[in-house]
Amino acid sequence: MRAMVYRGPYKVRVEEKDVPPIEHPNDAIVKVSLAAICGSDLHLYHGLMPDTRVGMTFGHEFVGTVHEVGSSVRNLRPGDRVMVPFNIYCGSCFFCARGLYSNCHNVNPNATAVGGIYGYSHTTGGYDGGQAEYVRVPFADVGPAKIPDWMAEDDAVLLTDALATGYFGAQLGDIVEGDVVVVFGAGPVGLYAAKSAWLMGAGRVIVIDHLEYRLAKAREFAHAETYNFVEYDDIVVHLKKITGHLGADVAIDAVGAEADGNLLQHVTSAKLKLQGGSPIALNWAIDGVRKGGTISVMGAYGPIFSAVKFGDAMNKGLTLRMNQTPVKRQWPRLFEHIRNGYLAPSDIVTHRVPLEHIAEAYHMFSAKLDGCIKPLIVPAAG
Amino acid sequence: MTDLPTYTARKPANPETSEQLRARIPGWGADLDPKDRPAVPREHAEETGAHWEFPERQPEKWPRERSIEHAFVTPVFGTSCPPKGLSGAIRKFSYRRYSEGRAAHWLLLVAADRVDAWESHLRSFVTARPDNPVTETGLLAEFTRHGIASRRGRRRADVVHQGLDPLIVAGPWVAAAGAAVVAVRALVRRGRR
Repeated sequence: MRAMVYRGPYKVRVEEKDVPPIEHPNDAIVKVSLAAICGSDLHLYHGLMPDTRVGMTFGHEFVGTVHEVGSSVRNLRPGDRVMVPFNIYCGSCFFCARGLYSNCHNVNPNATAVGGIYGYSHTTGGYDGGQAEYVRVPFADVGPAKIPDWMAEDDAVLLTDALATGYFGAQLGDIVEGDVVVVFGAGPVGLYAAKSAWLMGAGRVIVIDHLEYRLAKAREFAHAETYNFVEYDDIVVHLKKITGHLGADVAIDAVGAEADGNLLQHVTSAKLKLQGGSPIALNWAIDGVRKGGTISVMGAYGPIFSAVKFGDAMNKGLTLRMNQTPVKRQWPRLFEHIRNGYLAPSDIVTHRVPLEHIAEAYHMFSAKLDGCIKPLIVPAAG
Repeated sequence: MTDLPTYTARKPANPETSEQLRARIPGWGADLDPKDRPAVPREHAEETGAHWEFPERQPEKWPRERSIEHAFVTPVFGTSCPPKGLSGAIRKFSYRRYSEGRAAHWLLLVAADRVDAWESHLRSFVTARPDNPVTETGLLAEFTRHGIASRRGRRRADVVHQGLDPLIVAGPWVAAAGAAVVAVRALVRRGRR
């Protein structure tokens, strides 16, 4: 089969690999029909995530058709069209029994601090991902779901992570009616978080980024008020000014490890790998939210320490909430919102790229070329 | 006296009322009740589809590296890229010696990643498909995806440091090539004496 393969920082190519075999009785092998590159894949691509091995296939956002199932699989059959949450989880451990699917204890021998994720380094379990023609899907009775007949495949692939994560991020903000919500980052997760904040009754939604084309999308797609931090000497002061010097009630970090806005922070983390992530957006969230406010962290950070302004968070009495998204918990409500026309996930898709050209897709997404917001990868188009 | 509510008990007013927002934004308030949201309560049991108390164990094809914070190798795990070479030795040492709570664990793994990249590049030179920095970095997208127009006049914060990326990719190779040239010249000079 053809598969994307990591060759070292900033380098990927397509190689011929064996179709993955069934390795556990509850495995399924899925033939991928559509995948996506996630912003967090860029942390792997840039060599920021520890134990990212040359030869690994990335990709934790994918949908496809069941090709083969293991002997204990009851809920799926070959030919079923499935959407697969980015979480790999057993459904039965202490954490899964409490709905914390992203924190499963039975799928990642490499670390206890994080669950299992497809194609996301050995730090999340060493599983190959879905930017390939075929992928191994463990616990086929637990994670995947059949794609409803009415659902477009583009929407389904976005539900496997980006939309669910943005929606979960807004929920972690504990938004109540009338809250002022500021979202740092106008990438896919930030756009979905901003849109979701309205569903939860936000009174004002502000999105901050430095890419004008993404801010334009935030205004159009998420009805948000936007500010380009490059245009302000100090975006935190500006945020205070536009909120009557109170600050936002809720701040959502939808940027994570490679945030821009402070050269020293960015270079020491994204380039020199001396921090687990560049916490610029997180620090702006800490300083920009009001005392007693809530911060929701959806941006992905690595396990190495980061220079976070924890003293301000403590002195301001903030609530910091965060987790990898337990995706499947979000699906029933998100399905409703899509059917009701409240959410149109695929409106943010900007590019569809054949798998064979995935190196160019990674560079385009990483360097923010051509107005790229969300690139989809089509394995069969090569 | 002040007209800034923040310095009183009042909260600054939003530009629009809930009624105006409901009329303007599709779905506004659909999840208004904080208790009626899928992530609430945080810990919440539901039917998962699991039909086991503890999953059957996946066969271990090689001694699987694991965090020493785990009691044992988890019943299911990924089998991509078994450890090999010097990078594999560093990785196995890091897993065997240090917990996730130790910086040394992660810094060793990051170091192993760099060693892995070098080992793999060198190994590729004795295969039919050596690494190609032009195609693998996707640089052609600079021409097909409007590299200049995407940056020029946009006041993007990331353009300042994007110049470092080629250094990260090519710098070690240029340095290694330079060192090789210096070494060869030194050998040649010594041979002439």
